[in-house]
This record gives sequence, structure tokens and C-alpha cells, in this order.
Amino acid sequence: MLAGSGGDMQWCFSQVKGAIDDDVAEADIISTVEFNHTGELLATGDKGGRVVIFQQEIENKNYPQLRSEYNVYSTFQSHEPEFDYLKSLEIEEKINKIRWLPQKNAAQFLLSTNDKTIKLWKISERDRRADGYNLKEEDGRYKDPNSITSLRVPVLIPMDLMVEASPRRVFANAHTYHINSVSVNSDHETYLSADDLRINLWNLEITDRSFNIVDIKPANMEELTEVITASEFHPNQCNTFVFSSSKGTIRLCDMRASALCDKHSKLFEEPENPSNRSFFSEIISSISDVKFSHNGQYMMTRDYLSVKIWDLKMENRPVETYQVHEYLRSKLCSLYENDCIFDKFECCWNGNDSVVMTGSYNNFFRMFDREHRRDVTLEASRENSKPLQVLKPRKVCTGGKRKKDEISVDSLDFNKKILHTAWHPLDNIIAVATTNNLYIFQDKLTG
Amino acid sequence: MECAVDAQSLISISLMKIHNSRTQRGGIKLHKNLLVSYVLRNARQVYIKEKYAEIYRMQQYEEVMTVCNEIQELNPLDPEPEDAEEEDLEVAALSCCAPLQDGGGKEPETSFYRSCCMETPGSPCDPFAGNGSHCNKTTVLDLDTHVVTTVENRYLHQDCCCSAPQCAPVPDSPVRKRKGDFGCCASDLEEVSDFSASRKRVRREECTDPNYTDTSNISNLISIFGSGFSGLLSRQADLEQICSKQALASLGAWTRAIVAF
Repeated sequence: MLAGSGGDMQWCFSQVKGAIDDDVAEADIISTVEFNHTGELLATGDKGGRVVIFQQEIENKNYPQLRSEYNVYSTFQSHEPEFDYLKSLEIEEKINKIRWLPQKNAAQFLLSTNDKTIKLWKISERDRRADGYNLKEEDGRYKDPNSITSLRVPVLIPMDLMVEASPRRVFANAHTYHINSVSVNSDHETYLSADDLRINLWNLEITDRSFNIVDIKPANMEELTEVITASEFHPNQCNTFVFSSSKGTIRLCDMRASALCDKHSKLFEEPENPSNRSFFSEIISSISDVKFSHNGQYMMTRDYLSVKIWDLKMENRPVETYQVHEYLRSKLCSLYENDCIFDKFECCWNGNDSVVMTGSYNNFFRMFDREHRRDVTLEASRENSKPLQVLKPRKVCTGGKRKKDEISVDSLDFNKKILHTAWHPLDNIIAVATTNNLYIFQDKLTG
Repeated sequence: MECAVDAQSLISISLMKIHNSRTQRGGIKLHKNLLVSYVLRNARQVYIKEKYAEIYRMQQYEEVMTVCNEIQELNPLDPEPEDAEEEDLEVAALSCCAPLQDGGGKEPETSFYRSCCMETPGSPCDPFAGNGSHCNKTTVLDLDTHVVTTVENRYLHQDCCCSAPQCAPVPDSPVRKRKGDFGCCASDLEEVSDFSASRKRVRREECTDPNYTDTSNISNLISIFGSGFSGLLSRQADLEQICSKQALASLGAWTRAIVAF
């Protein structure tokens, strides 16, 4: 059910997960959010290396308008802090990305990665246990062999549902630089991982080797001019992937062309507007996220101030550009001083590619309706967290007289940033991560 | 949200960011440091251009004043018919070189430098980088005093004004002696109107001074390797590129510390 209009659609609060404390523990900072392919499961990763998976319950009969709640399904520690003794560097346990594998059997699989190591996790349910062992007591102690006089077959008896997460593969030691992306191929057998300078291709079954498919490291590091910022496989062409750079370019590569895809098949780049040139031009043109549309015809990129939609058939400019928070252009110097200019915002498509969404500051997030040419700014806050409370559109006053309900640029809280958002693949449910809380919103069901 | 968008403060802010990144958890973030080095480069370019423009303005003012004085003092010469043209050029040369002479030959070669070195101590003084001279220049941040200074030819510019040995002309410099023998760094007649060329030539000579002090003199300073990754420079037609490349070459150890992988 995807009416898909961010404009006349109304969004309501559904749930919020996380501590209410204003004092945010660093480990609780959410670093990635991802729905699985059916939308039934929602995974978050945090700075403390933990993964929390929420599951959508079966419809609540008492409140049919409350579509379905997401409740904690599984929590596990994916990565631990490590130490690279050779370089005397600590490796953060922060989860940079989570990507779900398409479901093949009863179990669910996801890839989670920190700066250096990717892990494949199996999440499986157990609702039965074996009872009636011959050699063991109920509590697990071994029986006295002399007391065993007969043989029986253990039976499976129901038990309380237990969700287990176990690491099935560990893909380590393949990245010298910090991993920023993982992407599962549509062939369901391979995936790519990208760091600042290299992209590797893995087989999900094989952990002791990977193929390097992109390497932009210069012979002399002093000649470095750009780094890889994000990478993704095409949703249905298993030979195609893209990677974005800190220079604001996107390269599309075809793995059939050569083993090492340093030479791109397509280069997407928009010439810079010279009137916008400033000290910070290079920073704000750096792309922080790239996402293919579900239909595979478009891709979306996010840089500091805007979201751009590119037609894969047109390299010289995007087909659509949406300003996320243009009012920040005059504040770039302050944002540089407080490091906010380095924030990496992500972006996402809705299920039918008609609306795109991205985050901003002051816990605002923005939706751009491509069909109806409308955009809206909404806020994720505890104040608007009554069940099914409709979110009121917010407006930032950029100058002149501030109207009622508008907020001025100088009042924005730059510590409250929404970097990670996700849209349910089949429904109008969105997950929006503030610093340490996860908000779930849904569209207002009429009738 | 007040912020000083001037180049010098951006340079110091950027240097501090690079310094702080070394102690951040998780190791040096290559992407962030690359972006900071871009800001550093941009700020440095603006700063140098501003300085050069300022110096050029000061030079022009001095030149105008000195020409006025010279015109008043000039005695009519007895030109030979065939030398008439040369004399005109000579007068032109005289007027153009006048600032270097500084009224009477008193340390003529230092007057130009003096105007440049009239910067307040402690502020980066960077007079030549804008015109393509081959100077080694590095902007450094002293962690003890938090002062940003420019290291030129590995001398701290703060104390070079009085003791700069480079200020004396190198004996084998291609100085053309002519009537009047200004005895200083006179430019070729063909380039008589080109100040930058004359400065460039002098500067080039003094930049090959072999007696540079050891970098241990500036052991507390972090060098920001010119303007960061030298690949950035290839984008620019700016003449500063030449300075920075040499600065880069001299700062291998520091650079390697930053690109720690």
C-alpha cells in the first residue's frame, strides 16, 4: 500500500526505542539502521558494537490502526574493540553498516561491519528443545552409567521462543583503511566491501580471500586527492556497482569489463557552480551516501547540503536536485569549527521510488516527493510521541521576520542530528535514528 | 554563530584538527584529514594572495614616492646622440629600480626585504610565494605557544628580518652593471617594468642557501606539509605549487606521520 506521497500524506508517531535520558552514553549512539527485504525485521547497530533487531508483530487486534509494533527480537554483541599492534591503533567496535541477506530458509542472515572486519551473522529461532536424553539429567549433569537400564529416543518439546545469533563467517584482514560500505550482490553469492581507497569482492562462503576490484590508492600517498565514500551493487545487474568519491563524483563499474575496475564505465559528475565557491567547497561536495532506486534506473547521492537523483543513462548532471538545508550555506565556517560539516548523512528511497528521505539537524528529517514535487520537514522528538500523533510539518526561518511555529537557523540544535533513516520496502513505515533513539513513524491510515 | 572567516584563523583551526586527529580513537581518519587539507590549501591560497596584494600596494606606494623624489633630484644628463634611446631606458630602469635603491645606496638590497619584513613578529610573512619563486615555505603551528608562523628556507621568519643572510646579494648573480652602477639587484632592461621578475631572480638565488638549520630547531612544531597532499596542487595553476612541492619534499617525516597507514 504505497500511495507514496510525502506531500499530502500525513505521518504519525508509532514508537520510540531507546533511553529517555538526555545524557547519552556514547556506546548507545546509533550508527546504522536497516530494514530486511520483507520489512518484518529492523536492525540497528550502535557505537558500542551491538546489533539490536526488532521484529514486526502480527497485527494488534485491539488497535487495528496501529499497523504493527516493532519489538525487540534479538540483541547481540557483533564487534568488540580491537587493537592493531603493528600500527598501535585501536580499532573501534562501532558498527558502520548492516546489510540483510535475502532469506533462503528459516534463519535470517545479515552482514555487519566495523572499520576493519565484516561478520556474517545467522539469526535463528528455537522454540523446541530435546528432552529425554539417555546419558544426561535434566540439568545437564551426566548420569551414573550404572543407573542406565533402558534406551529411549529423545523427543522435541515446545519451549519459549529463543532467538539465537551466531557468527557464521568472519571476513577479516582485507582492509587497510576504514570500511565505509558493504553491499550484497543480487546473485546472493557475493558481496562487496569498500574502504577509503579499495573495494573488495567476497564470496559469502569464503573468508580467507577476497578479490580487489577497485584500487584508487596512488603510488605516492602525498598525491592523494580523493577517497571512496560509499559503494553499492546494482539491485538486479549482478555485474554492476557504483562507488562515490569525496570529490562529488560517482563511478559506475562493470565487472565484466576487467578484473580490476579502476577504469569506470560511467562517470557521473555535475560541474560546480563557480558562484558558490568557498573555502569549504570540497567538503560540501563530498558524497556521503549513494543508493540505487529499487527499479535500478536511478541512483541517489547525498552531499552535505543536497540530495541528487541521477538517471543512470545520463552522466553529465543529475535529473533532480533537492536542497536539504540550504540555509546552512552561510554557516559553513561555524559548522567547520564544530566539525558538523563532516557529518555523513544517509538517504533512502521508498518502496516504489516516488519519495526520498534524508536527515538534517535539530532532529529534523526531510522527505521529497518526486512525483508531486513537494517536500516536507518533520521532527523526531519525544514531545510529539503520543500514540498516532500526527507530525506537524516544520519550517526553518531563513531570515526576516520569524513566523509563529518557525524556528530560526540560529536556534537549531546541531548536536541533534539525524544521520540514519530507513524506509520499509513495502509499506509506509519509516525508521529514523536520532542520536540514541530510534523513532518509528507510519502514515496515517484513513478509514 | 559568529565565526572568523579569515584565512589565517582557518589555517590554525585546520592545523589543530589535524593534530587532534592523531589522538582520536580508531586511528587517523583519512577522509576527514583529506578534506581538512583542502580547506588548508584554500585558506593558504587566499592568505598568500592577500599578503602579496598588500605588499604590492606598499611597493607601489613607495615607488611612487621615490619616483617623485628622484624627479626632483634628477640632473639633466649630456646624452650622446646614439645613446639617447639607451638613456631613456636607463632612466626608466632607474625609476623602476628606485625602490631597491632606497635613496642613496644605503643597504639598497635590503629595502625591499625590509618592507616585507615589516610584518609584526609572529605573523606569517610570505612575500614571494605568489610570484612563482622557488622558496621553501611551510606554515607551522607551535604547540607550546600556539603561534602560527611561516618557516622559510627552514628559518623561522619571526627572527629572520634582522639576521637574514639572504638579504645580501649573491656575488655571482646575473646583475647587469650599467651607468650609475646601482650595485644591487637591478633587472634586465627588457624586464624593467616587471618587478616580479627581478624579485624572482633574487629570491631564487637566495633560496639555494645551503646552510639551513636542522629541523630539530623546530622540533616542537608540526608542519602541515605545505598545503597537504601535493596532488591537490596539480589542480591549481597557482605558483605557490612550486613552493609547496619543495616544502613537501623536505617534510617527509612529518607527512608520513600524518599518512600513518
